Amino acid sequence: MSTDTSPAIELRGASKAFRTPSGALHTAVRDLDLTVARGEFIAVVGPTGCGKSTTLTLISGLEEPTGGEALVSGEPVSGIGDKVGFVFQQDATFPWRTVLSNVMAGPRFRGVPKAEAKERARDWLARVGLSAFEDRYPHQLSGGQRKRVALAQTFVNDPEILLMDEPFSALDVQTRALMSDELLELWAGTGSSVVFVTHDLEESIALADRVVVMTAGPATVKEIFTIDLPRPRKVEEVRLEPRFIEIYREIWSSLGEEVRITRERGAADVDHAA
Amino acid sequence: MSTTQPETKTGIAPAAATSAEGRKNSRARAARRRKGLVLGSRLLLLVVLLGLWEVLARTKVIDPFNFSMPSKVWDQISTWVLHGTAQGSLGEQIAITLYEAFMGWIIGVIAGVVLGIVLGRIAFLADVLGPYVKVLNAIPRIALAPIFVIWFGLGPESKIASAIVLVFFPVFFNAFQGAREVDRNLVDNARILGASNRKVTLQVVVPSATTWIFTSLHISFGFALIGAIVGEYIGASKGVGLLVAAAQGNFNPAGVYAAMAILAVVALVAEGLLTLVERRLFKWKPTGHGADR
Repeated sequence: MSTDTSPAIELRGASKAFRTPSGALHTAVRDLDLTVARGEFIAVVGPTGCGKSTTLTLISGLEEPTGGEALVSGEPVSGIGDKVGFVFQQDATFPWRTVLSNVMAGPRFRGVPKAEAKERARDWLARVGLSAFEDRYPHQLSGGQRKRVALAQTFVNDPEILLMDEPFSALDVQTRALMSDELLELWAGTGSSVVFVTHDLEESIALADRVVVMTAGPATVKEIFTIDLPRPRKVEEVRLEPRFIEIYREIWSSLGEEVRITRERGAADVDHAA
Repeated sequence: MSTTQPETKTGIAPAAATSAEGRKNSRARAARRRKGLVLGSRLLLLVVLLGLWEVLARTKVIDPFNFSMPSKVWDQISTWVLHGTAQGSLGEQIAITLYEAFMGWIIGVIAGVVLGIVLGRIAFLADVLGPYVKVLNAIPRIALAPIFVIWFGLGPESKIASAIVLVFFPVFFNAFQGAREVDRNLVDNARILGASNRKVTLQVVVPSATTWIFTSLHISFGFALIGAIVGEYIGASKGVGLLVAAAQGNFNPAGVYAAMAILAVVALVAEGLLTLVERRLFKWKPTGHGADR
């Protein structure tokens, strides 16, 4: 196929408007242009509730853009494709399935025979260090462990595109740094493209090749920064480097303004956009 | 659960391992003691109530004919057990009533769950059928029992039918609600992982809704029994409901109370069995107050 040369993800003037319960039209995203190369790690930062998550739902096919186009591997997104993996902000493991069964879910949904699905699931559970927990139920795990299950559940499908919606925001600071490192390790072997949404600037710089700063809602791309920190990175170490701090300052001068705008608008309409 | 705050408070200062062990033991002892106390108090309450009833009836403070008394009720039950009822052995009456209630319950539950989930998943159907369901639900369904006796005769069919209409609605509404309130994240996750609509329904919506459905199963078995009994009461050739009707016809209040006592025991046993099934099915749930997130 000729799709090999096309970028992994392309958004061309994509917009998304929702009908709010009160009947008003709320624009979450407008005129969004973004290109993600194959194997690239992109982090999207923006003020809380600006519409960052909506960007991901457009790429994933969970929602369709109301204007513009979303393309994956050069083809317009229509419905949920099999190339995409999505790690959600909230817990989305199935509470009635064991850890192993949770990780097997993706391959099983896609018609992989049980034995093979089990084998692949065990492999990924080993990589996230949860082999000893395969018979547990999600409620018996810690928040960090559940997140690892979610990662294994997503990676087991070999997604070409990995969408992550503030996946570690509910974790405590130490677990978060640990999970970030693990994510980088897991990702390094796959060659997949990642779009990582976060409101934590440090996290985004530590993880990404490029950081996209979004405007206050309705969200559109404000500026894109290339992060020239060498890989492999260790999150806890890289954030102490002078270059890191330099980049941080540079991006914050752009992001801070948007955060201020959001704050001035008050909490009332921020809630809607979430 | 929260029975031993005093010990935990007083035992904080000496941090030796032995005292921790001691605390653990005393906590377990206190928990056992409380359990015994609750059980004993329950029994005492029963004895007091029954005793009071017996004494009041014997001293004619309450009319012994209308209100009967525990000893007479007991006599009635033992007569039924030992010599059978006018319609045949007591076991047979209970078996018949249980059969009717159980059949009605099963059919009502299956219909309620299937329709509830289908309507919960397909908004179009829910919109079309919604008003009709509401109207049907507003009908006092117990009043249908005589009609069912006319339609289906004195046999078990008419009782099963009344049990079904009583069981269907609570189960239906719970299943519907359960299907509606499935965590959006779980559905999205399943879809992203590759689940078809059918798989989302069967593997995400149905398991999520089971909590809701089980809540309704508890009450609905009681409804099924009521349906069967009322049906029998109106017209039947066998069953516990007929015992009630016959006792009433013979001016035998003790018989009515005895039948009710038997029913209560049957309902309790059924409830216990259901709880057992539920425990097995909900292994995945955190114990305690069901707050898993």
